[in-house]
Amino acid sequence: MNEKRHMGLRTLNRISNTTIYILLIIISIIWLLPFIFIVLQSFRVESTYQVGYVIPHEWGWQNYINLWNSDFKRWYLNTFIIALAAAVFITIIQLCMSYTLSRFRFKLRGPLMRFMLILGMFPGMLTMIILYRVLSDLGLTQANAVPGLILVSVASSGMGYYVSKGFFDTIPKSLDEAARVDGATRFQVLYKIILPLAKPIVIYTILTAFMGPWGDFVFARYVAFGTSSGYNVAVGMYSWLTNDQIARMYTTFCAGGVIVAVPVTILFLCLQKYYVEGVTGGAVKG
Amino acid sequence: MKHYSDLEFLRLSKGQRIGYKIGSFFYGIPRAIAGLFIKLWNLLKAAGLTVVREIQDICATFVKGDWKTKISFVIMGFGSLARGQALRGLLFLLFEVVFIGYMVVAGGHWLSLLPSLGKLGPTSEYNLVLDTYTTVYHDNSFKILLYGVLTIFFIIAFIYTWRVNVKQNKISEQILRSGKKLKGSKDDLRSMVDENFHATLLALPMTGIMVFTVMPIVFMVLVAFTNYDGAHNGFSNNLFTWVGLDNFNTLLSWSAGSGGGQSYSATFGEILVWTLIWAFLATFTNYFLGMGVAMMINKKGIRLKKMWRTILVMTVAIPQFISLLYVGKMFARNGLINLSLMNLGWIKEPLPFWEDPTWARISVIVINIWVGIPYLMLITTGILMNIPADLYESARIDGANAWQQYRKITLPYMLFITGPYLLTSFTGNMNNFNVIYLLTGGAPTNPAASGAAGSVGYTDLLITWLFKITTGAESQYYLASVVGIMVFVVVALISLVVYNVLPSIKNEEDYQ
Repeated sequence: MNEKRHMGLRTLNRISNTTIYILLIIISIIWLLPFIFIVLQSFRVESTYQVGYVIPHEWGWQNYINLWNSDFKRWYLNTFIIALAAAVFITIIQLCMSYTLSRFRFKLRGPLMRFMLILGMFPGMLTMIILYRVLSDLGLTQANAVPGLILVSVASSGMGYYVSKGFFDTIPKSLDEAARVDGATRFQVLYKIILPLAKPIVIYTILTAFMGPWGDFVFARYVAFGTSSGYNVAVGMYSWLTNDQIARMYTTFCAGGVIVAVPVTILFLCLQKYYVEGVTGGAVKG
Repeated sequence: MKHYSDLEFLRLSKGQRIGYKIGSFFYGIPRAIAGLFIKLWNLLKAAGLTVVREIQDICATFVKGDWKTKISFVIMGFGSLARGQALRGLLFLLFEVVFIGYMVVAGGHWLSLLPSLGKLGPTSEYNLVLDTYTTVYHDNSFKILLYGVLTIFFIIAFIYTWRVNVKQNKISEQILRSGKKLKGSKDDLRSMVDENFHATLLALPMTGIMVFTVMPIVFMVLVAFTNYDGAHNGFSNNLFTWVGLDNFNTLLSWSAGSGGGQSYSATFGEILVWTLIWAFLATFTNYFLGMGVAMMINKKGIRLKKMWRTILVMTVAIPQFISLLYVGKMFARNGLINLSLMNLGWIKEPLPFWEDPTWARISVIVINIWVGIPYLMLITTGILMNIPADLYESARIDGANAWQQYRKITLPYMLFITGPYLLTSFTGNMNNFNVIYLLTGGAPTNPAASGAAGSVGYTDLLITWLFKITTGAESQYYLASVVGIMVFVVVALISLVVYNVLPSIKNEEDYQ
């Protein structure tokens, strides 16, 4: 009797595991297919528009050559510069902010955090109009959009301190206190004790800050509007899918997508461990 | 409404319990609102009291203080300088000189124009040199509003600094009276990396937030009370001016819009309802399906856990604009899906993924699931693994099946931990510009809403509508600003309600 019941459970378990495997395989296919399609279509030569089949009839590098001959190089460079600058400055600013709010108990801390919470409830898009006017007064729009975009994204990045604050909260405070008793200043505590421990979150912040600009679209388009040399990849490639260009540029868009996605994805996969740690550790605690 | 005690409540049937809970929720709303007003009133009262106390303190400091303190009321930092705190004194003095200089040179001018936002617009004047009529620009409403706001910020900062300066004198006097020594400039500098290290660290980020977030928000909120738009851009065509609450009237009025069709309030209501539905569905479909995928991968006996996760995580790395634009085009009328299905002979006509309102709405939600699940999978995986295993163990011994275990252990635990995340993700989805704009651009167009600014579509959220108003032909910035304020009000209300319900937000220190 007992044996039979045991067998029953095992078959049940096997059935449920098989179902899960099937589901996981279906899920993986659904999630990967669009990206496989995009790669295949970037090599399609016979038609530059959407077609009703996936595997190209004629293979070739024509779309990548088109890409090389377009403004894409400039857009790529623009985005890369923005991403690098963002990775450096946003990381510094966010770490300053989150470390302070996690570690120090000063009079204005509570009001400050509530204030930023309320600020975050305003749709950021609202401020686009005035930021554009201010940037254009400074001469940082259109062809000079790159420094303008860096300035704006870095300046308001302090608001996104939540994830790294969640991480700093998990480092025991007794470490700080021990060092303080030994006569270290607050600065020395940060520099010598916290920073080495905070490596995962530093890498997480650098990674997300670097990846952000590759998808930055609305404000970038607003700031560089109409001037191709100030575009980033998102804005530039969006223009290829507008009604008057899509028939000519669709496969070129696919090639561009591959060129943009491959380096970012490789970087991401290499640093995946830190990203997962950051997301699971910090994102939820808020 | 009758209030049940715990015991009475437990005696009710399941249906009655639900009815009672819903009833008491609605019954409690007036009290909650009243409570809000009482809180607000108490806050105001506390603020008033603080001001009175500060003024009393300032007067007392003046009356009791020595001559150095008294001079400091006019010449900031004099007291500090006279008592040997050179660095502090100089900074105070410098700030005062800069402030007065700015007010005389520019601040006063901007402030005086702020109530009118400029009197003289561009005029056509005879130019002797060129012998023609040329346009001469005078006041610039945009600059007046901008610099006016900045000047007010500056004045507030000055008042605050002045108050700190007075307080400094009082404290210094107390310290000297008790026979101790004052801190010198060297100590002040050292405190920047020690006791006051937080101020040093926050200086740069907060300056950025003040200039590039707070100031623009204040400015744009003020724009809601003006008639700033493409035809009144404040400089090259017409000045704009204060119009009071007119714009709020426009958005909330029931009369038909300018181009015929339905009223603004009807359009606004429709978009708001869809925005809320979208935010709700987008948040919870992602949440539960993501949790489901995570649980499948986590299940004991499933192999290659790392591979399944990596496959999903990879899609997080690919910039959203590529995946969204590509998938959006894939489902288009002449896109890959429709063409393939027609090639296979399964359908005769292309499926109206983006042409039919209902299809389009379902499509954006489904594609959003595709976008969101990997991220949710990551978040929930970590938490699921943290649930103490003995909970499940004892549940199994008590004979609970998998569904019961999920209902009674997993779900409550998850909801408790991820409560704050769910809230931010809900409000984030309300403002999820990218998914909607890159997939549909708001299409299909809603013909009934043609009277409203921008071409409103069935999948438009408030945020994409705001964008369309801003970039549309008439550039009705004032209306965009009103919509933005409305978004804020809705988000704030929802957050406020949820905040008071959620258990896990209440005590921040519990997590540390």
